[in-house]
Amino acid sequence: MNKIPNRQAICEVLMEKAKEDKDIVVLCSDSRGSASLAPFAEAYPEQFVEVGIAEQNLVSISAGLAKCGKKPFVASPACFLSTRSYEQAKVDCAYSNTNVTLVGISGGVSYGALGMSHHSAQDIAAMSAIPNMRVYLPSDRFQTAKLIEALLQDEKPAYIRVGRNAVEDIYTQENCPFEMDKATVICEGSDVAIIACGEMVQPAVKAAELLKAEGISASVIDMYCVKPLDQEAILKAAAHAKLVITVEEHAPFGGLGSMVSQVVARECPRKVVNLALPDAPVITGNSKEVFDYYGLNAEGIVKTAKENL
Amino acid sequence: MENLKALSYDLRKNVVDMIVEGKGGHIGGDMSVMDILVELYFEQMNISPENMDDKDRDRFVMSKGHSVEALYAVLAAKGFFPIEQVIKEFSKFGSKFIGHPNNKLPGIEMNSGSLGHGLPVCVGMALAGKMNKQDYRVYTVMGDGELAEGSVWEGAMAAHQYKLDNLCAVVDRNRLQISGCTEDIMAHDSQEERWGSFGWHVISVNGNDYGELKAAFEEAKTVKGAPTVIIANTIKGFGSGVMENKANWHHKVPTEDEYTQIMKDLEAGKEAALHE
Repeated sequence: MNKIPNRQAICEVLMEKAKEDKDIVVLCSDSRGSASLAPFAEAYPEQFVEVGIAEQNLVSISAGLAKCGKKPFVASPACFLSTRSYEQAKVDCAYSNTNVTLVGISGGVSYGALGMSHHSAQDIAAMSAIPNMRVYLPSDRFQTAKLIEALLQDEKPAYIRVGRNAVEDIYTQENCPFEMDKATVICEGSDVAIIACGEMVQPAVKAAELLKAEGISASVIDMYCVKPLDQEAILKAAAHAKLVITVEEHAPFGGLGSMVSQVVARECPRKVVNLALPDAPVITGNSKEVFDYYGLNAEGIVKTAKENL
Repeated sequence: MENLKALSYDLRKNVVDMIVEGKGGHIGGDMSVMDILVELYFEQMNISPENMDDKDRDRFVMSKGHSVEALYAVLAAKGFFPIEQVIKEFSKFGSKFIGHPNNKLPGIEMNSGSLGHGLPVCVGMALAGKMNKQDYRVYTVMGDGELAEGSVWEGAMAAHQYKLDNLCAVVDRNRLQISGCTEDIMAHDSQEERWGSFGWHVISVNGNDYGELKAAFEEAKTVKGAPTVIIANTIKGFGSGVMENKANWHHKVPTEDEYTQIMKDLEAGKEAALHE
């Protein structure tokens, strides 16, 4: 079992790149520990900015840095980054088109038992609704590293969400197919297309295996690029399937499910079932307990597939 | 040296024309902030159409973005775009000259309009200057009503923490906001004590007086290890008795009669400035 959370993979890439690129700047809001960025702060104090517990300031300062040639990576809990500083993300990053990468850590229900204030079940919807803001939910540490490397190559704003805990590897060091803004097709099938993002990719892969054992053929799409959504991948998978299932660690409105449904309804009508968190405060528990309770696991996906095929 | 005071009256006339043509605009604050902008763009900052991409240019963010008409008039006078075009197109369908600053226009660094963003953004700009060991200075202008935004004070804390002596903020202290007197809505006196307690160097001046503004900006350049704020005490609607110190002129289009009187007053102001 992998012990490296995606946030740590981000730190490793940034530390490697910061050796050569002195314009990389990491900013935290008293969040360097939770972001796994303390090693970066120690190794590159000149390229690290602490703003204290002030998320609005965090994002605006990053935009100012970016406007003057820096490449800021801004790490703060996703719950605060996507709501407390939402307007700064909208105006100072997206509208002003500054090269800021917002990294929402401990996303979704990672802070399970801490309650709704600490859950970020709205971030995909909120961030996706901003013109010129991109939204990424990488699934494992290898894909996360590739994504960070790709984001260092462009100069546009982006929001990434990663979870707090280490998640099982989907890919390997040697085999992690990655093309920027193109979903990764993990397997192809003819009965059901399972489209997932972030931590939900792992249960989607397991569900496909369980379904296969029961004679049901499933494709699995790792839609790490929620915006810009890879519509081509969705349509290709939907065209070959009788049913589309979306799986996300997010509220039921405005997230991956809504976006996939829009595309499928318009271009290739199929039944689409959205698996998501409820439109209610989430039950207390750790991520796994929460996922199991709401059917956001392999068994839940299998059940949904069988009920709807 | 150009007669900046006389110039400012002409630019105020441009603002009035813009607002009449565009059928709307934040006229009162445009008039109060004009002298601050003219002093900054014509005396203090090394910003021009020729060096707008120069890494070492000074940086300016109009935090009180609603006074964009005054900024457009000043940028036009600096040669960034023709004033005739601004007056003709301001706020019209499809126009680039919208009612708040946007950086698709030359000479504008950051989009603003939502209050309380400019200072924190400038903290980032000033921090980048320190990191890169560049000598440029960073300026922002805020409204006094804007000071009720908490993010202003987040920025104030960070500017002090990082000893940003390359940062100079200006408060256009015209003491009026859309609903009335700032002190009745959310009191901001005493500005000197507030900013001082955040570790800022504070200078209070008559913000419609070029001699005092110039002296304040020059003093700010000599301060080491701390950011400077200039409390520019101004008159909202400055330049015509029709508008001066009247809260209902925060956002207003003059009637024909008012327009005639305002233009007459501004011309008289210019004449007086030319003969001072």
